[in-house]
Amino acid sequence: MEVESAPGQDVGAGLLEAAAHLGAVVDDQAEVARPVRWSRIGLGHGDELIAHVEEGHARQAPAQLEVEEPSVELERRFEVADFERHVIDAHQPRHMCSIGFAAMEPAIELEGLERRYGERVALAGVTVSLAAGSTLAVLGANGAGKTTLLRVLAGLLRPHSGRVRVLGCELPRERWRIQGRVGYLGHEALLYRELTGRENLRYHARLHGVDDSRVDGMLAAVGMARRADEPLRDLSRGMVQRLAAARAVLHDPALLLLDEPRAHLDPAAGELLEPLIGRASGRTRLLVSHDVEGALTEADLALGLKGGRQAFAGVVEADGGRQAGAGAIGAEAARELYR
Amino acid sequence: MYSKGLAPLAAAAVVTLTAALALVFFYAPLDADQGFVQKIFYVHVPMAIVSLCGFVAGGVFAIRHLRSGDASWDLRSYVAIHLAIIFGVGVLATGSIWARASWGHWWVWDEPVLVSFLVVFLLYCVYYPLRFSIEDPERQARYSSVFAIAAGAFVPLNFVAVRMAQAYTHPRVLSQTGGDLPGEMRLTFLVALLGMALLFATLWKLELTAKHAAMQLKRLKRRLAEREAVAA
Amino acid sequence: MIAAARAILRKDLLIELRTKESVPAMTLFALTVYVLFHFGLDRDSLDGELAAGVLWVTLLLAAVIGVSRLFAAEREQGGIEGLLLAPVDRTALFVAKAVGLFAMLVVVEVVAVPTFGLLLLGPGLGGALPELLAVFLLGNLGIAAVGALVAALAAETRARELIVPILLLPLLVPVLISCAQATEPLFRQEQGPEDLARWLGLLSLYDVVFVLLSVAVFDYLLED
Repeated sequence: MEVESAPGQDVGAGLLEAAAHLGAVVDDQAEVARPVRWSRIGLGHGDELIAHVEEGHARQAPAQLEVEEPSVELERRFEVADFERHVIDAHQPRHMCSIGFAAMEPAIELEGLERRYGERVALAGVTVSLAAGSTLAVLGANGAGKTTLLRVLAGLLRPHSGRVRVLGCELPRERWRIQGRVGYLGHEALLYRELTGRENLRYHARLHGVDDSRVDGMLAAVGMARRADEPLRDLSRGMVQRLAAARAVLHDPALLLLDEPRAHLDPAAGELLEPLIGRASGRTRLLVSHDVEGALTEADLALGLKGGRQAFAGVVEADGGRQAGAGAIGAEAARELYR
Repeated sequence: MYSKGLAPLAAAAVVTLTAALALVFFYAPLDADQGFVQKIFYVHVPMAIVSLCGFVAGGVFAIRHLRSGDASWDLRSYVAIHLAIIFGVGVLATGSIWARASWGHWWVWDEPVLVSFLVVFLLYCVYYPLRFSIEDPERQARYSSVFAIAAGAFVPLNFVAVRMAQAYTHPRVLSQTGGDLPGEMRLTFLVALLGMALLFATLWKLELTAKHAAMQLKRLKRRLAEREAVAA
Repeated sequence: MIAAARAILRKDLLIELRTKESVPAMTLFALTVYVLFHFGLDRDSLDGELAAGVLWVTLLLAAVIGVSRLFAAEREQGGIEGLLLAPVDRTALFVAKAVGLFAMLVVVEVVAVPTFGLLLLGPGLGGALPELLAVFLLGNLGIAAVGALVAALAAETRARELIVPILLLPLLVPVLISCAQATEPLFRQEQGPEDLARWLGLLSLYDVVFVLLSVAVFDYLLED
């Protein structure tokens, strides 16, 4: 059911109102600080509340949104926790529920990120904020620093200066906390050619503390169940890419870092991987791609890099960037990067 | 920042070395067996001791570097090892001359200090190729520090091993670095040791200062170039 | 950490079994060097002192080959990143590689040492087995620990194959000295217990120092 609370109205009140609509007696301990318009309320334990947040009123405004409208809508996900339901009165079935929220902070927060390679600047002045569940397209010519950015966020490279928060962990100090929560699909498959698909995935499962049983499911999900016991050197590049994608999501990461994920894949394989690494997966994603239009179609935010420096960062307008909207990022801005 | 105390240190080094030289030539007695050539001992052994200490110091600085991530410790470590290697060449050269003069061969395996020094020297010679074949400067510093620590731990172990081996095959003929030196020799030796140590410290500080200045210059140049690039 | 080390070790052993790259090469190399020594020294058989020396020098040289190849699979195929992204203590990699190298050395020695006995050891010479085993055990441990460290150090340098020998061999001099000196009387079947104990003591000290040092320092080699 759809419930709306007016902008500016405290979300707590909105929720109480919504819950009251559904006949619950609400414990008014629920507290969240943002005004919100609800699109759906499920009252089950672990149900997801998708809230449309008016970003202009948000406590943590992203540092650099080039928009003219005072507020921009982004989706934020809240997880219902602490849900209890029991009957109060036998004659009037009502439900008591206390709803706590785990309001998720931005999955990625960067401010002035800098990374050098000796005297050369690899990344400079990168500033962007990405909400959980959203997709950020990273665009730029070769050597602009896209892969470096991915590797910094994966915890593989240390940022030299600037503020970096990934999944609530402050890098570089808390790099160890990132381990096992990020799925990385880069240019290299990170798989051993002499071993079979199954052996490779089992190895990664053990490294991540994931149960072996997931491996079979993953192999089936990428369509490699039949050829899972052949060494990788006997498989085509597309198949290896599929296995690499399986490896990347095997441990159910909260954040996906994708560097040209559809390279070497035919359209059928690409579709197969969609629920795992695509928008439908619901994971927070960083997508590096030279296919500018394609990337913009499936992204919420876009970040452009030129020579290591940030050229732009902002919201992608709704129709996939075909029209240049006021302040939002479109294909035109992206093409500038390649000049 | 490094040049503080350089002048007095240099002065002390010069004074001590001059004193040592005077003692060597005019005070220390002539050795009955080997004659005048024995006086090389006053150069050779102090140089060896200082060099080995330099290697160990390089390892200690390397530990500080890894723990703090501060590149200045890596610089100190590099310079210490660098100078110790140069002193090491001197050790091997003087040792060889002494061997030739005393026993007629350009090299003898009798002396555990000299022999273990050869192994240590060979090991540390790898420092340069290792260091300069890594391109990323941060990684270069880190890997060099790891090497310096491992090699620093190796020095005493190696000495013990060689000494133990020598005890079986070459019973020690002369006890050079032992305590049974007559009084005048001992004094001369100690002064020479002090002088050598001060010399090492002076050169260390000197090279540190020079390198630091060069790095500052490079940094300023880079910043200037960056500023120009942005303005353009 | 142990579970991760086991997983890495298993992966390495699987790859080695499939490719059969390192161990046959090391063994063949050792046997070839024995033959070279025969020609070079112009001897049909070696007495105790020379025998111990030739045996251990050859084993060290074979170890160099193993160390050069230790991180080869990571460099050429899988990539270290797979490990760095996982919630795994980096020390697990060191443990896995060192144990793997130890295992390879044991396999090589199982073939090479008896062959040495056949080819070059003089008549009437033979080892006292338990003592010999102790020497080999401690010696291999030292080689494995230092070898894994050197392999990691050299892994990122440009001239990898050149750096490994000149870096590894000087570091192993104490091991060579101890093992050769300990093995020699065993070959002549003179068991001087204090002698052996002294060398085993030095080997143990060396092993402890370098295992601890490598474990402490290994993290810094992998981070960036």
